[in-house]
Amino acid sequence: MLDLISVNKSFNIGTVNEKHVLRNLNLHIDDGDFITVIGGNGAGKSTMLNVICGAYIPESGKIILDKTDITYFSEWQRAKFLGRVFQDPMMGTAPNMQIEENLALAFRRTKRRGLSWGITEREKEIYHTSLAKLGLGLENRMTSKVGLLSGGQRQAVTLLMATIQRPRLLLLDEHTAALDPKTAAKVLELTNEIVTQNNLTTIMITHNMKDAINIGNRLIMMHEGHIIYEVSGEEKRNLQVSDLLKKFEEASNGEFANDRMMLS
Amino acid sequence: MSILLTFLSGTAEGLWWAILTIGVYITYRLLDFADLTVEGSLPLGAAVTAVMINAGVNPILAVLISFLAGCAAGFSTGILNTLCKIPPILAGILTMIALYSVNLRIMSDKATVTITSETLKEQTMNLLKISNVNLNSVVIGVIFCAVIIAVLYLFFGTEIGAAIRATGQNKNMSRALGINTNVMTVIALMISNGLVALSGSLIAQFDYGSAIVTMGQGSIVIGLASVIIGEVIFCHKDHNFAYKLSAMVFGAIIYRCIIAFALRINIFKATDLKIMTAVIVAFALSLPVIKEKLAIRKMKIAHIKENAAQEGKKHA
Ligand SMILES: Nc1ncnc2c1ncn2[C@@H]1O[C@H](COP(=O)(O)OP(=O)(O)OP(=O)(O)O)[C@@H](O)[C@H]1O
Ligand SMILES: [Mg+2]
Repeated sequence: MLDLISVNKSFNIGTVNEKHVLRNLNLHIDDGDFITVIGGNGAGKSTMLNVICGAYIPESGKIILDKTDITYFSEWQRAKFLGRVFQDPMMGTAPNMQIEENLALAFRRTKRRGLSWGITEREKEIYHTSLAKLGLGLENRMTSKVGLLSGGQRQAVTLLMATIQRPRLLLLDEHTAALDPKTAAKVLELTNEIVTQNNLTTIMITHNMKDAINIGNRLIMMHEGHIIYEVSGEEKRNLQVSDLLKKFEEASNGEFANDRMMLS
Repeated sequence: MSILLTFLSGTAEGLWWAILTIGVYITYRLLDFADLTVEGSLPLGAAVTAVMINAGVNPILAVLISFLAGCAAGFSTGILNTLCKIPPILAGILTMIALYSVNLRIMSDKATVTITSETLKEQTMNLLKISNVNLNSVVIGVIFCAVIIAVLYLFFGTEIGAAIRATGQNKNMSRALGINTNVMTVIALMISNGLVALSGSLIAQFDYGSAIVTMGQGSIVIGLASVIIGEVIFCHKDHNFAYKLSAMVFGAIIYRCIIAFALRINIFKATDLKIMTAVIVAFALSLPVIKEKLAIRKMKIAHIKENAAQEGKKHA
């Protein structure tokens, strides 16, 4: 369903700070894939998602979604197909708007906006049931400002916002990294539930190797702007964290020894 | 009695400036965009109105066309900011400077154009049979503000209105939710400057009786002062949007009344008005910092006292 074909992306071209981040990156995603992405700091994981969602336009290469070339679609145009949750809990919501207003914005992700009401009574019932499913009691606080929620609650709301209209592809960039371990586990569980129940095609970046192994059907490892290792199905299920670490060592000649990958 | 009269004239003036204040509120608070275009779109509205009324155009039609002229000014700033990626302040300044020339063109190179034909002021006074000029202004001003608040209340409840509010708060999220943040920024700037020009049109008709090319000077600061006064006095918790807009109207009225009363005391001259405004705004904007400093000072004193008390106990 999605293909990245020889994608190249550099920053600060023509200056001393020039940095070639994505290098001939190729990736093919099938319908229903749940891909976890691991890799050291600066490997280009976030940049890959940003190129997919249109925050950055690559210098060369193509991005094909369902046979449509979307390489030059702007960010808001691609939003029709994409659901996104960011690492920073602040980034996914409008803090001074109510929970239900935020959901109403997300509910219209795939539609053209006009002069009809920004939120209707009928929708509110949908939001109520969806929020109840999160199990955080937020269905009773629908008119609270999102700014009053904790990071974990916000990430849960953002996750709901990203999926309330079924996205063709869900992009998760370390969306549990800013949360404490218990909350992170809860949000991850919700993620897994939502993705499997709706059979969503998903890319999830994580620094937790256990999660990367246990969740999803495919795992890719990135290093210096391209994919250096890929595993799926049975083989992925039998993978050990130590195997992954070894792959890292091989790829980087031991330079990962101090990387935060080791911690998780 | 004369205090009452000062109050009445302050209220009348405040109501015209309230429309500008609502415009400033839309950009400054909803869009998070400090828009200096205001200083050019206020005289633009006045210039368009004066020239058109003198040419025999119906005053109400002149008001509407002023609004559209203001929209065009906002459009210019919006394009400079969104397409050319010029920072908000600078984009506003560029349009403002350009408008100075435009306004002089409209006014045929005259610094002041006196309105010689019948304005909305005379028309409404004849119609409503209110003999007191200021009372008539208050009645008409309240009607204008009420209609504008009602329309804006409805508009910002629509899908596009919600998208504008979202754009002002989180552009990243907005784009991820399929909102064209550039278009929303331009729309908000157009509405805001349309209202400011409308305010200029009414000031020219009801207050000055003319268009003055320099009348926009300091208007952004007056608008901000009114926004802040409205918020500090009336907005302490989560209010609905119509309430917040009404608070802006009262903010503008209170600001005008403060100025009117300050001018009655003989220490101040009319030319001191701008420094007074600057002081009010600077004070209001630094209020959060002052509050924090005071709170820390209080804690520090308590801390020192506590330490001293413990020292005392040790020695005892
Ligand atoms: N907007 C930008 N301008 C300049 N350089 C950038 C920009 N975005 C990313 N980079 C650089 O590109 C490289 C890859 O960054 P990216 O954020 O994709 O890494 P990552 O794999 O997500 O790392 P992390 O695990 O730390 O999130 C880094 O060296 C980073 O400094
Ligand atoms: Mg990253």
